[in-house]
Amino acid sequence: MRSAELDRRKVVRSLLERRGALLVVAGLGSAAWDCTAAGDHPLTFPLWGAMGSACMMGLGLALAQPKRRVLVVTGDGEMLMGLGSLATVGVQRPANLAVVVLDNERYGETGMQKTHTAYGVDLGAIARACGFEARIVRKSAEIAAMRSGVYRGRGPLFYQVKVTPETLPLALPPRDGAYLKQRFREALLGGKSTA
Amino acid sequence: MAVWPDAIHHALKSQGVRQVSYVPDAGHKRLIELCHADKDMTVVPLTTEEEGIGLAAGAWLGGERAALLMQSSGVGNCVNALTLAANCAFPLLALVTMRGERGELNPWQIPMGQAAPDALRLMGVRTMRLGRAEEAGATVAAAAKLAFEGHGAVAVLISQAMIGVKSFGDKP
Repeated sequence: MRSAELDRRKVVRSLLERRGALLVVAGLGSAAWDCTAAGDHPLTFPLWGAMGSACMMGLGLALAQPKRRVLVVTGDGEMLMGLGSLATVGVQRPANLAVVVLDNERYGETGMQKTHTAYGVDLGAIARACGFEARIVRKSAEIAAMRSGVYRGRGPLFYQVKVTPETLPLALPPRDGAYLKQRFREALLGGKSTA
Repeated sequence: MAVWPDAIHHALKSQGVRQVSYVPDAGHKRLIELCHADKDMTVVPLTTEEEGIGLAAGAWLGGERAALLMQSSGVGNCVNALTLAANCAFPLLALVTMRGERGELNPWQIPMGQAAPDALRLMGVRTMRLGRAEEAGATVAAAAKLAFEGHGAVAVLISQAMIGVKSFGDKP
């Protein structure tokens, strides 16, 4: 296996700078910290639990907001826990949904144990078999094309980004779930957010 | 022919439910067909029931109301995902057809069926019992109000006595 050279924080910063109207769901753990390090934002919903749910939250949001782009940023461990959701997205095929998996082949929050991807399980192939347009990203030169897909490509799109396994400083989003939910709805729905 | 699924479909529509997800159950067969035939509803077949908890949360973030259809064996699959409802006060409307109750002929349905109401309540889900077909519409409409206007997680437990028993071709 080639060693991964991409820095997950830089990858996420590249995706979230000048984010316009993008709606983001961040999977629990490092992916949520990466999104927060790029700038806490009311239209990012960071998960602190409910592991395996990020992709499905993105689907519900994408179906409810077909005119907005929706990005799910999550880790390989979180994605592995919700593999079935790839099949479920494959039935709906939302054109406005992209899933970016930051794949360090580790469970980063629990001691850097290897995930299934470290043993060769091919997440991108699974996503492709479920109907996603799937790509693997290994080099910085490939990030611009991924960004273009996230903002303008026809979904459902799946990017498996091989990132360096490293423990980075925590960048924690607010942890009050009701607040995270309500600030997202206010920013997106305005006056209808309390209906 | 039971008309209570039609009453539930009407209640979901009148309460503005736009996304309906399900893992199928024979007891939900007609309701699932009605939802698929309804152009105002996006119907999402799931691989496991917990996906419906995440879907409903995402729908709510986006300004839509969702409902989740399952049988009682699916309740156990939802337990950790229900953290979303408990922690964030995401509305949840689940319609659960009960197995493992009166007349059940598959003993493997009994443990989860019997535990389902308590499992839901342990995770903070309010449960409402629907045991009479003529109350189906009103009960589901009330549950939807509790979920979407009371910002709570609600499960309507539809009694097996109302649905009937799967026979496996056994002679009584």
